[in-house]
Amino acid sequence: MALFIEQLVNGLTVGAVYSLVALGYTMVYGVMRMINFAHGDFFMIGSYLGFTLVSSALLGGAIPLWAALIVVVVLSMAGVAIIGVIVERAAYRPLRRSSRLTAVVSAIGVSIFLQNAVMLIWGPRYRAYPPWSVPSITWQVGGIYINFMQVLILAVSFGLMVALYLFVQRTTVGAAIRATAIDHDTARLMGIDVDQIIRLIFLIGPALGAAAGVLLGLYYRQIHFTVGWTYGLKAFTAAIMGGIGNIPGAMVGGLLLGILEMLGAGYISSAWKDVFVFLILILLLMFRPTGLLGERIAEKV
Amino acid sequence: MSLLELGDVHIAYGNVKAVKGIDLVVNDGEIVTLLGANGAGKTTTLRAISGLLRLQSGVIRFGEHELQTMPAHKIVELGICHVPEGRRVFGTLTVEENLNLGAYKYRNDPGRVQSGRERVYQLFPRLEERQRQLAGTLSGGEQQMLAIGRGLMSDPRVLLLDEPSLGLAPKLVQEIFRTICEINRQGVTILLVEQNARIALRVAERAYVLETGRIALSGESLELRRDPRVQQAYLGVKEAAGLS
Repeated sequence: MALFIEQLVNGLTVGAVYSLVALGYTMVYGVMRMINFAHGDFFMIGSYLGFTLVSSALLGGAIPLWAALIVVVVLSMAGVAIIGVIVERAAYRPLRRSSRLTAVVSAIGVSIFLQNAVMLIWGPRYRAYPPWSVPSITWQVGGIYINFMQVLILAVSFGLMVALYLFVQRTTVGAAIRATAIDHDTARLMGIDVDQIIRLIFLIGPALGAAAGVLLGLYYRQIHFTVGWTYGLKAFTAAIMGGIGNIPGAMVGGLLLGILEMLGAGYISSAWKDVFVFLILILLLMFRPTGLLGERIAEKV
Repeated sequence: MSLLELGDVHIAYGNVKAVKGIDLVVNDGEIVTLLGANGAGKTTTLRAISGLLRLQSGVIRFGEHELQTMPAHKIVELGICHVPEGRRVFGTLTVEENLNLGAYKYRNDPGRVQSGRERVYQLFPRLEERQRQLAGTLSGGEQQMLAIGRGLMSDPRVLLLDEPSLGLAPKLVQEIFRTICEINRQGVTILLVEQNARIALRVAERAYVLETGRIALSGESLELRRDPRVQQAYLGVKEAAGLS
């Protein structure tokens, strides 16, 4: 039982990170009907920016460590958001009227470009967040252990997800995003600048991905310029699981996937945990491509 | 005084010419209708005015502005609103959210949005009862009311209406058209595209008849109603030759 609960907490922790990344896939798909295969690389760049910020003098001790880490997360989000907007303008917007396949090829090109850029800047080897970047605090709650990073990941991830949900559901600009996802032309007739909405999506999605990148970098400490594909594919699985295009679905899908992965690692074999994830992806695509929650189909008369 | 003016407008989908040089004038305060069979180019013309389609050549003038190169959202800001064919309400959004999006250009002015909603609820009390409901759950008639109401939220000077009677029961059609006349009395100029020529010619002052992308006839509605070509092709009146 203790193992179960422990793996549940571990699963929720990585799952929350998958959710953040999955939101980027699902929002881009919802508005543009396109899978942004470069999205995992926004996550990866986030983890590298976080690495550089953490390694620099920023954690000098003027503010408490947890606050400094949040500043690192926010700065990395801002940096990657700028990259996201530039990528959209340069690689996707000129192809707005082309076929979807063209845009996918462009996305793969962006992904290769970003990975190589990071390799040239930070080098081809694994980099590691310094050991002092995370306080080694562990709490014991009812027989299970929870460490500082797990609490930070859960707090930041859920904070961001609640903020996004409220923004999309409660504000007029959020309603404009939902309307654009349903029907671009009618959204234009409302006076909505669809290009601006797409720019906004490419600001929010990469920023959430970057937050996930920093958090997972701090959690596992090791980063590499190719991790974007592994985590991107996992988050993509989570987005499919929740029904791609569905924002709450991506949140639930990420958490569920993290839990399944960690339970598999705990009860069967941790060496096989990636196999479980991709087995789920294959089974989903074969039997339930609209996701477990089902697609929210826009009623078109 | 002309408010909206199309001059020698040509529009093509790829190699297929849909509109082949039309001239059209809508004066301030009028209801003008654009009649014609399926595929005559009526919807294409409206989509070009609202900026969803680009012209091959020609000009579209609105007051002192030229619209043909302007993006759609700017045209809404200037005061032209297009209520599209088939209603196109946002089904998974509530009635109120649909209305608020209609007032997207006033999104930083909640007072203006609120007064816009009150005006729409006065015209369509049924929408107020259903404001928290998802638009996709409304009946066809209610969705048409929502589409028109949503269009009014941007407080347009010109309303482009595409087939408001489509798929509605005759009684509802009467009701919708009574409201269209009421909107016009409030000072909104209306360009109406309709298949139902009978009712369109009754509410409009002037009419244009489109045939395969060209204007075949135009004039006062009263005259067109008596024109034998219109009677035969659009009003379903059989030729009376030989009976008299």
